[in-house]
This record gives sequence, C-alpha cells and structure tokens, in this order.
Amino acid sequence: MGFKNAPMTSAKPVEDKAKLFSSEICSEIDRWIGKFPEQWRQSAVMAALQVVQDDNGGYLTQELMDKVAAYLEMPPVSVYEVATFYSMYELKPVGRHKVCVCTNVSCMINGSDRIVEHMEKKLGIKLGETTGDGRYTLKEVECLGACGGAPMFQIGNKYYENLTTELVDSILEGLE
Amino acid sequence: MANEVCLRNLDQDRPWLLKRYQAAGGYEVLSRILKENTPPDEIIEEVKASGLRGRGGAGFPTGLKWSFIARNAPGQKYVVCNSDEGEPGTFKDRDILRYNPHQLIEGMIIAGYAIGATVGYNYIRGEFWEPYRRFEDALEEARAAGFLGKNLLGSGFDFQLHSHLGAGAYICGEETALLESIEGKKGQPRYKPPFPAHFGLYGRPTIINNTESLASIPVILEKGGSWFKKLGVENSGGSKLFSISGHINNPGVFEIPLGTPFSELLEMAGGMKEGSKMKAVIPGGSSAPVIPGDQMMDLTMDYDAIAKAGSMLGSGAVIVMDDSTCMVKVLERMSYFYHEESCGQCTPCREGTGWLYRVVSRIENGKGRPEDLALLDDMTVKIAGRTICALGDAAAMPVQGMLKHYRDEFEYHIEHKRCMTGG
Repeated sequence: MGFKNAPMTSAKPVEDKAKLFSSEICSEIDRWIGKFPEQWRQSAVMAALQVVQDDNGGYLTQELMDKVAAYLEMPPVSVYEVATFYSMYELKPVGRHKVCVCTNVSCMINGSDRIVEHMEKKLGIKLGETTGDGRYTLKEVECLGACGGAPMFQIGNKYYENLTTELVDSILEGLE
Repeated sequence: MANEVCLRNLDQDRPWLLKRYQAAGGYEVLSRILKENTPPDEIIEEVKASGLRGRGGAGFPTGLKWSFIARNAPGQKYVVCNSDEGEPGTFKDRDILRYNPHQLIEGMIIAGYAIGATVGYNYIRGEFWEPYRRFEDALEEARAAGFLGKNLLGSGFDFQLHSHLGAGAYICGEETALLESIEGKKGQPRYKPPFPAHFGLYGRPTIINNTESLASIPVILEKGGSWFKKLGVENSGGSKLFSISGHINNPGVFEIPLGTPFSELLEMAGGMKEGSKMKAVIPGGSSAPVIPGDQMMDLTMDYDAIAKAGSMLGSGAVIVMDDSTCMVKVLERMSYFYHEESCGQCTPCREGTGWLYRVVSRIENGKGRPEDLALLDDMTVKIAGRTICALGDAAAMPVQGMLKHYRDEFEYHIEHKRCMTGG
C-alpha cells in the first residue's frame, strides 16, 4: 500500500533508564508502557509528559522532555512535537493553581466573560498570566465538555460548574 | 420514553458499580455470546439491523463499519473507543463514562469478539479526570470478575482493555488523529484511504467508534436490532443522547428516541430561561450550521430532518440561544475555536481558519468592511472539501449557516459599527 507505520527510534538508547527519574515516576511510566505493544514504548509519551509535568510543579523543561525521550527511546524532537501540540502541557512555569476557564459558546452565552473579567480584576492578571506570588495562573481553554454547567472552569483535576462571581470568590479563596 | 439505552441505569444509586450493573442484567449478553459461541457475523448483522449510526457526529452505520474488518486475517486487530469528547456543546460521553462505564466496557468486549480483536483502547480526553478515574475503577472491577483478560469465562476468547488519556486537542476526536495520538505523536489526521479498518492503530485493522455507539451495543443485542431500530424513525434508528445547553432552564443530557420533536426536548430541558424568546439553535455541535428558532420548533431530532433544514445532527449537542444573543459574537468565538484547534497540516485550514477568525473579529469589533461578507463566502468555499480531514469543513459550515440566516446582522455590524441586539 505504500503506507508504513513504525515507531521512531533514537540513535543511541540510554543504558540506565531507571536513573532518569525517581522510582515512583519510572514505575508510573512503566505502567503506561505496559498497555502498548512492546516496540511502541512511545505510545506512553503523553502520559509520561503529564506525570513528569505534575511532578515538576505543573510545567515541562527541555531537560525533562529530553529525559522522557531517553526513557522512551524516542528522538527528543518527537517529544517536543507532542509537548508543543497538546494544550495541557505547559512549557513555562505556572501558578500553583492553574485556573482553566472555558469561554466557548455555551459558556460565553451564559456569562463566561463576566467570570473572566471578575477573576482578572480580583487577581490583577490577564488571561495567560500568573500572579506575582505564584499562586494562580489564568488560562483560557476550549470547550471542556461540561456545557450543561456553563459557565465553568477546571482547576487541577476538578471541574467547577454553574459559576457565579460569588462562587468563584469562595473557590479561589478556598485554595491553598 | 427516555433513558432506555445508555442511561437506563440512571435511577440507581451509584450505578457505575459492577454489582449494580450486573443486578440490572449487565454482562449477561456478553456471557451468553461467550457461552454459546455466537457466530460473529450474527452479531454484526444484528448491529446492522439496529440502524445504529455513529454517535460521535459523522453518523456512519456502525454495523457496516464493523463488517469492513477482515476478521480472519492473521495478526493483531484493535477496538478503539473515541471518548475524546470535544465538539463544543457536547457533554454526553462524559455521563456515560461517569454513570455507566460497564456498559461501555461490555460493548467494547463484544466489538472485539465480533471483529476478532483481543485488545482495546478507550481514548479519554485529558481533562476528563473524574470520568477517567470512574472508567479505570470499572476496568479493575471487570478484570477481577473475569470479563477482561485471558480466556474470558472459559470461552478461549481473550480481551484486554486499556484507557488512554489525551492532553488537550480537539482534532484528536478525528479518528485517524486519535490513532496517531495513541501512537505517541501529534494528533494530525491521516489520509483516507486506507481507512482504519485496513490500516488503523499501529498499522493494524482497527474499528474506532464513539463512546455512545459502543455503549449501545449490549442493549441492542439484549433486546434485538429491530427493537432498537423501532425506537427511532426511518434512517435514524434508536434513541440518542442529546446534550442541551444555552439559554434554557434545565440544561443537561437527555436520551430520547430519534425523531422526537425539538419542542419536546426543549420542554424537557425546562424551556427558555426567564421566559426569554428563542432566537436560534445550533442542533449538532458548533460545527453544525445554525437554524433559526421558529424553524427549529417545527423540526424533529433525527438525521434526515436536521439535514433537510440545512444543518446536521452531529454529536447531538444542542445549543439554544435567546434573542439577546449577538450572532456575530457567537461566530467570532466559534471561528476562534477552529483557528485555535486546526492541526496545521493542510494550508486551506491552517491559514483559512485564521482568515475567517480575523475577518469575523473585525466585523464584531466595528472594523468590518463592506466587502467582508463576500470575502467570507468565498473563503468558506475555498476551505471546505480541500483538506485531509473535516475540520476545515467544520470551520466553514458555521460561517455559511450564520451568513445564510443572519446576514442582516452582519451587514448592520459593518454599517453601524455596533450590534443590532445591543449585546
């Protein structure tokens, strides 16, 4: 058919992979590797980046991406491609709480503009910025699939729905 | 009748638990198939007879898709579930994962049996942590009960199922982009043909179906294809989950027979907010062209009726807008979305979505030019149908729909530098 599909391999496999990360991180990445065919270690790249990012305070560095590449026997550039393609990876430091606010149509017509404006004023930052004390980052995101609870945002792994400015205040103030 | 298929367990306490699912007859269809060694062709014929069409948005007949797999060809085959729910306005698969994960698991195992696959992946969007955890817990339960693993219930059939997490990319809802993503790459769609049935995950024969489609399978096989088909109407078999949101009192997910009048769905959703007047409805996710409210009130919710009205049923995501809504602003937001989510692979989409956004945005912001509407018309034609996947079409269709029905609002914006709704 003329179609080929083979894993990308790095020129020089790293000898001692277990030294790249802590044993907890290695075993979590290994758990993901175990889901895929043996020669497709790279299928674990998305999960590995997420695990490593979470462990690094919410963002990735080139050094970390290089280590992920070495661990999965991928060319570093293939890892950079993935890390820059998907919106949940951060390539710059973010606040302790990343507030991902949806502004897509259902949220917009239910007042997400007001929610964004309120948070920008309250925190003194614009969308895409982080507060000086490193506590909050505001991030505009696309539809998170919770339009029945519009307007909504996500912080960490949690969805907060049917937001009002009062609710936003109590949520943000309730975070560490 | 509502909630007869994917949400039939919603009235139970913690319906996601294996014991609850089994108490309601869950995994009995699978057990019977394994025990009786049902010929896979029989299963595929039953799914065909049900009239089930892909619930992710494209509406391709599920049974037909399954029949494209050469079951007896040697080598690994895969079942992939698309839980990368991201079409703006859609939030139904999230509920299946949260409330009825075992029915999806049972559906995927049966799909694997039908096409001769022993491994499945459920691709869940990365933001869906709670649904992912629910699904993972259900997988653990199913493994412990012997529904997943080697030699299921002593039948000799093996099936292992894993979840995969996305990381934020609308395009991964496109089936071949999703496969690329599982393979550890950027989610950029592949050329078709070859279709996934021949060259899918890891280059192997693969079926890829939406969460709702696969979760419908156990009920279809329990009650029969013709039972399912008769729930709906001609060309639109079964019931379907509708995610309804916007300016309504009781937004949410409703599972209703295809062919149900839109007015009934609106009533279930509590009607318009504070007695406000309906202006327009997007009937099938933001890629579906908008339909004016009064026209929508005469339509039924099925593939043909919505298509005849110039739009599409898509994922069943219904966004209801009242008369305070500025259509230019809505289109600006939608166009921004497609620009943001274009994978960048095809020039007409990568560049064209940016052009669409910038032109709609300048109209919204009082800088529109008299020639802009003709420019938009022209651009949509030059994007649609000229790209590898349907994202280009998805970006063009809402523009065409808006300009067809609300051209006067756009003209007003251009001429008066402001909105006619005062919004």
